[in-house]
Amino acid sequence: MRIEQHPVLQFDRGEKVTFSYNGQDVEGYTTETIAAALHAAGIRKLGTSPELHRPRGLFCAIGNCSSCFMTVNGEPNVRICVTRVEPGMTVEEQIGKGEIHYD
Amino acid sequence: MLIQDGIPTSEDLSKVLPPQNRLETGPVAMAECFQKIPCNPCAKACPKKAIHVEPDINQTPQIDFDQCIGCGICISRCPGLAIFVVDLTYGEDTALVLLPYEFLPLPVKGQSVLCLDRSGREVGRYPVVKVTPGGNKNLTYVISVAVPKSLAMEVRNIRVGGDNNE
Amino acid sequence: MIKEVEILVIGGGPAGLCAARSASKLGAHVMVCERDYVPGGQLVKQTHKFFGSEKQYAGDRGIQIGKMLIDEIAADPNIEILTEATVLGIYEDGVVTVLYQNQHLKIHPKKIIITTGAAEKFLSFPGNDLPGIYGAGAVQTLMNVAGVKPAERVVMVGAGNIGLIVSYQLMQAGVEVAGVIEAAPKIGGYLVHASKIRRAGVPIRTSYTVKEAFGTDCLEGVVICRLDEKWQMIPGTEETIPCDTLCLAVGLTPLAELCWQAGCQMAFIRELSGHVPILDENLETTVSGIYAAGDVAGIEEASAAMVEGRLAGCSAAASLGYSPQEAKIMLQAAREELNELRSGPTGSKIRAGLQKMSEKKGVKTAC
Repeated sequence: MRIEQHPVLQFDRGEKVTFSYNGQDVEGYTTETIAAALHAAGIRKLGTSPELHRPRGLFCAIGNCSSCFMTVNGEPNVRICVTRVEPGMTVEEQIGKGEIHYD
Repeated sequence: MLIQDGIPTSEDLSKVLPPQNRLETGPVAMAECFQKIPCNPCAKACPKKAIHVEPDINQTPQIDFDQCIGCGICISRCPGLAIFVVDLTYGEDTALVLLPYEFLPLPVKGQSVLCLDRSGREVGRYPVVKVTPGGNKNLTYVISVAVPKSLAMEVRNIRVGGDNNE
Repeated sequence: MIKEVEILVIGGGPAGLCAARSASKLGAHVMVCERDYVPGGQLVKQTHKFFGSEKQYAGDRGIQIGKMLIDEIAADPNIEILTEATVLGIYEDGVVTVLYQNQHLKIHPKKIIITTGAAEKFLSFPGNDLPGIYGAGAVQTLMNVAGVKPAERVVMVGAGNIGLIVSYQLMQAGVEVAGVIEAAPKIGGYLVHASKIRRAGVPIRTSYTVKEAFGTDCLEGVVICRLDEKWQMIPGTEETIPCDTLCLAVGLTPLAELCWQAGCQMAFIRELSGHVPILDENLETTVSGIYAAGDVAGIEEASAAMVEGRLAGCSAAASLGYSPQEAKIMLQAAREELNELRSGPTGSKIRAGLQKMSEKKGVKTAC
């Protein structure tokens, strides 16, 4: 859910765009991170841990902790808390540690 | 106890509240600021220079109650939202409490709002008399509520909306 | 190609921006590398008014101070600021490598000021990895930067300034705060912040900790438990609180990796909240030409970080020979401000930490 009115802040969210999350369309804004857009859409479980397959979510939101790794446009281990939304991008839950594909 | 639950005791308050005879002569400010922290915007804000944070910024504010005219400018300037103004001369049975407010929705003049004491307990529903914006940059509102005189030293917050009796 | 720079500031938060400005005022040319999309560090999410005196912009909100510093720097021809620029390493030959918008840059600065800030600490309890358990700063980022309501009902762990302030900000964002719990027997943050949330109806419970968190895919509730005077859980005092979010505000730790990597002599100083570089009175590390300021040099309020930044910026510019007279005055002023901010009872911890640091004899090495 987004905050529409705030006693101190006004939000300049940029342009509204759509991207794909696990194959479904999610709305986001171009000045926000993927993590923020997913949270606004009510998605808090971002993946599972590689060994014990426990659910994983956001923890630090500033790129320190690596709890929010997802696969973005095919690239694994992207810290979605510090990666901005782009129109048409694909964001997927990552299985395991991810594989880097070399062109 | 303040250091454990955030609620000042009557002993804490006795050190910062104006004397009863001063309260009865008209509006006056009180800084419910009990801890030595480095901070002095209240002293800078007072047009009557009635608030002293001396000799250094770690001292708690001392208000010269004879100099204070109860204008309330300090209320929205205090970063800790710890200053209030009470006017016991407002009405026969009612007093005015001026308190800082930074939530939405804002109350409107005439609206009856839930009044809360220092522990957040609801003590009654009383009318808002004035809503004063702190300014474009300050953004803290000062709300004046008219409460029974017996609650003038109890009411320190209001709750607008979010309850079913609006 | 290696880019030559006079002063490189690593981190564009309150300390870094103030360091850049003060060095520039003395005439030095400065480059700032900030890893985020926008500079400002944690100031961009701080909606509360700052304490201190007018010299540290007291009474203004953190976001306003951040905007003012960013505007000043944008208009300053002596300062170049790179965003999305993560410093990767500081090498023995003095070259600094940077990942800048997916390019690899090499920078050769004459002086370096490390202002990388801090990271949030974690707490161990069963279930602490569930989605819905965040650092308090993360929740602040979601609600105050992105404008996303981060939760419906929150339990806050930690009654230091961050826990108290973020609780208040959660309420401003329309989130219910079920309570603040604190393991210590006393509230650690400023009592005015505590009173502010208490009179809004939020209970603060000292000598309490989290026993466990539960939920299937996301957090559904927590069990809290009272602690005795030896910080041990008292059986039978457990209480279950339903909540969709648990915020951990259990302290910060300096983000000092670059200091380690650059070979700065480090010390573990509990009062400064972790391993910090040993600094001299000019905030220079034991590696000649590398300075550190702000939370990376010991966790403190943002007001102090700004003044430390100014001090380090002045020291670095002065060491390059810029405006020695003016530098002396600015250094003196910054030192006096720091002393004033730290002189009260709430500064006792940082004073003890700095005392310990002064007792460590740092041995200077060349960069």
